[in-house]
Amino acid sequence: MIQLPNSFGQFRDRETLARSQVLQRSWPIVLDLCVAGIGLACFYGVVQLARYWFGHPMPQITISLSPRALPRYAFYSIVRIWLAYALSLVFAIGYGYTAAYNRRVEALMIAGLDILQSIPVLSFLPGVMLAMVALFPSRQIGVEMGAIILIFTGQVWNMAFSFYSSLKSIPRELREAATIYRFSPWQRLVELELPYSAIGLVWNSMVSVAGGWFFLMACEMFVLGSRDFRLPGLGSYLQTAASTGNAEAIVWGLFTMIAIIVATDQLLWRPIIAWSDKFKFEQVETTSRVRSPLLHLLQHSRGLQSLRNHTVGPIAETIYQRLAENRRRIAALPAPNEASRRRHERWNSIVRAVALIVVVASVLYAAFHALSLLREIQRSEFFEIIVGALATFLRVNTALLLASAWTIPAGVAIGFHPRLARIAQPLAQIAASVPATALFPVVLIALVRIGGGLGIGSILLMMLGTQWYILFNVIAGAMAIPTDLREAATLFHFTTTQRWKTLILPGIFPYLLTGLVTASGGAWNASIIAEYFRLKNQTMQTVGLGAVISAATDSGKFQILLLATIVMAGMVVTINRLVWRPLYRLAETRYKVEA
Amino acid sequence: MQQVIIRAEQVEKYYAQPSENRIQVISPTDLSISEGEIVALLGPSGSGKSTLLRMLTGLSTPSAGQVYWHEKPVGNAEVNVAIVFQSFALFPWLTVAENVEAPLKAKGLDPTERRKRALKMLDTVGLDGFQAAYPKELSGGMRQRVGFARALVVEPEVLFMDEPFSALDVLTAENLRSELLELWQNKTIPTRAIFIVTHNIEEAVLLADRIIVLGRNPGHVRTDFKVALAHPRERKAAAFTQLVDYIYKVLTQPEAKPPALPLTPEGKPVRDQRQMHYQMLPHARPGGIAGLLEILLDHNGKDDIYRLADDLAFEIDDLLPIVDAGQLLGFLKVTEGDAVITPTGAEYANSEILRQKELFRIAAVENVLLLRQIVRAIEAKSDKTVPEEFFHDMLDEQFSEDETLRQLETAINWGRYAELFDFDASRRRFIQPQNERESAAAAEIEA
Repeated sequence: MIQLPNSFGQFRDRETLARSQVLQRSWPIVLDLCVAGIGLACFYGVVQLARYWFGHPMPQITISLSPRALPRYAFYSIVRIWLAYALSLVFAIGYGYTAAYNRRVEALMIAGLDILQSIPVLSFLPGVMLAMVALFPSRQIGVEMGAIILIFTGQVWNMAFSFYSSLKSIPRELREAATIYRFSPWQRLVELELPYSAIGLVWNSMVSVAGGWFFLMACEMFVLGSRDFRLPGLGSYLQTAASTGNAEAIVWGLFTMIAIIVATDQLLWRPIIAWSDKFKFEQVETTSRVRSPLLHLLQHSRGLQSLRNHTVGPIAETIYQRLAENRRRIAALPAPNEASRRRHERWNSIVRAVALIVVVASVLYAAFHALSLLREIQRSEFFEIIVGALATFLRVNTALLLASAWTIPAGVAIGFHPRLARIAQPLAQIAASVPATALFPVVLIALVRIGGGLGIGSILLMMLGTQWYILFNVIAGAMAIPTDLREAATLFHFTTTQRWKTLILPGIFPYLLTGLVTASGGAWNASIIAEYFRLKNQTMQTVGLGAVISAATDSGKFQILLLATIVMAGMVVTINRLVWRPLYRLAETRYKVEA
Repeated sequence: MQQVIIRAEQVEKYYAQPSENRIQVISPTDLSISEGEIVALLGPSGSGKSTLLRMLTGLSTPSAGQVYWHEKPVGNAEVNVAIVFQSFALFPWLTVAENVEAPLKAKGLDPTERRKRALKMLDTVGLDGFQAAYPKELSGGMRQRVGFARALVVEPEVLFMDEPFSALDVLTAENLRSELLELWQNKTIPTRAIFIVTHNIEEAVLLADRIIVLGRNPGHVRTDFKVALAHPRERKAAAFTQLVDYIYKVLTQPEAKPPALPLTPEGKPVRDQRQMHYQMLPHARPGGIAGLLEILLDHNGKDDIYRLADDLAFEIDDLLPIVDAGQLLGFLKVTEGDAVITPTGAEYANSEILRQKELFRIAAVENVLLLRQIVRAIEAKSDKTVPEEFFHDMLDEQFSEDETLRQLETAINWGRYAELFDFDASRRRFIQPQNERESAAAAEIEA
């Protein structure tokens, strides 16, 4: 599910930085309420649109299981992923930039990010799909847009966060240099802000695209009430193959999936990582670097060079000259007199106040209506949600525990033995790179065959996607334990227990924590598809919050969907704040191994 | 009369606190930079040197007062200045030439002209042939040369430098300084004034035509004088060392204080109630204080601070906190730029470690309000622990957030050394020292 470069440890710093910034902030409850209000309002809008358009015809698409259809399906899926990624990148940069430079909205926007990250994306699925189909009735593009927007909501937040926290951590003197030499905002973005945040963005892009595959597999084919949404793609191919029990097609599908991911890694991420090396903000050159022959080729290509010189070069020059001219013209203008300036300011504040009132009023109105939906919920349904929440809570934590039980020893062994790492790491990366949702149908069929229920099976499914986060973080943590500490432990003949208690566990603690936080979020999200599954016209489900959400989606009960989503987001946010945040603080202060 | 380029009028900087208190960083200050002079701004850490520089360049707006550029307020003027930064502040993803070109790009110059000027400037600072290198491939000295080239390529009227040589080794710094001076004296560069912030006294005397010395708490000008020595200046010359010595005297001389209070019948000084606000603890370690006292003892109990700094190859930021701490604890006295060891200081320096701790303990409780309060608070509480937050909030009224944290860190460091108290870092609480806890427990068992 995730692919990690060998230089993972270097990236991790930025990543934790981003995370820790969220955790250290303490927002007043008001902000959270604002965010919740806006979220409810959006939900209401989407549902209204969806209800209005419900019932338009949709063309039926059949998924061919022939391997020959696979390239076309793979192509469709890839296009969806990258469109969503492009959208995410633009949005993330805009969002991060606005948050970092607008004091007024900064706190609200960052609180919003924190909560949006915790909302299970898959519960947006019905709303988004219906709305999109409604916008483009009887056309495939509606479903396509729905899928793209859904992937977008799954991958954008961590990128926005990374960009924001990079902007915030630009060294003061670099900023001052840009100011004193009169960089225009454009030049500042191109020569300071984007380069400085490049590494964080690249790393988060890799995570995001991997996450995108996860969601794409889930949303290419799903049922909503009596309606069957289908998109030709790898995900629908795999699901159809699994539900018809076509083993050959399953193998072909998985093979294509792995091939795509390995190719993306080699042809795209590696060159990009090698290229982004120059954006590393460091004083000395490191010896170990990711190399990419492809990048070398591109950089030394004469044709590309001259293409660049004739297109990008002149355009950039024109922009810079225009900007400088503008600035000179503005400087030449006489300073506005005090009275007109004050009048202008007064107008501005009036406009701003009116806009604020309108926004607040409409948010309140829509949030109120969304909440009034909740009144339709019956007591028994409410009960079901609470029991489901408890069950899923237990399941998520069991999954984390089981995953930790094998990944911690394995990760430490790999981290401590470079030779083992050389063999195990690429294998683990490939295993991790297959989106868990692609494997779900296959694993489920196997489970049914051996007679296991979904109650236990869903734990396995959650682990499938999330264990890798823990494994890779533990490997990085074990590698980061200084050799002299390990030597000291050997020298003093530490017993195995003592070794684990005084050296290894405290040493990997901050890394393990990062892994667990990510895994926990992932497991909650996965519960939506793991606890409820439709196979060959039969529905498998177990007690759980995810099952409640999926079932509500299935039967179109929006009030239950809304409440269950609120409960899930609330639980994830609460756990983050009550459990992970204090632990992070502990990790930052006490278990930090400083060189 | 030379033309004034930048003039600061009653500029000050303060941070408003939630309570009506405000933390004054720089008290109202007048200052000007005139054509044809190199001005050096000297001061201990915490005197607001960099803040003052940033206000003069227009990077930071004064809390009150106004800065004028050719008699026009900086906000409305087209200010032509450049800064050479302590950390170089080069863009690591741009090559040397691109770094130097960046300010010209902002001015909208066309690429050929830009490249021409950048190469010429790189040639001037001795970086010919390095234009395609990335900053991280260069040594510190070379990187600062790029910093100079980038600053000079915009032909600034005033060149500001914020401790430009302090990140470099001694030889490289010396080399760069003399080259800069050469450029300035030969008028190779069109710059009309240079303003350098430094904490290196010799550097100031070597370069400057005028030296301004700042004091701290809050930052203020202590002296502002011209240096009439001819270039090249000789470090060993009597006039040179006299100037350096003079600056040390200014820096170490206590500022005007009320006369000493009479002694109590037991021979202790009466405590000044007016001084119930916290002294600023100098950030020195007990080990450093002991080391300085031992050296003083070797020098017959008295030495010139300038000579001490020279012998130890310390800059003022390294030495002054230790001298201040020794003075605060009553282990030494400073008179006329000389440090003189006191009898307690001599005893401290001569004792073995346990006795040293005891002397330090007595001196600390006697002289340091914060430590005294911490000890009293622990004694007063039934559970014998006090949260750090309690003192944090009190110090916060008087110091900035960063300074508050540093004050607490120093207090914890001193208190732990003197075994006045212990500090539980995970709970952020002050607790009784180990031995007292044990004796208390023993007493309880007996009872």
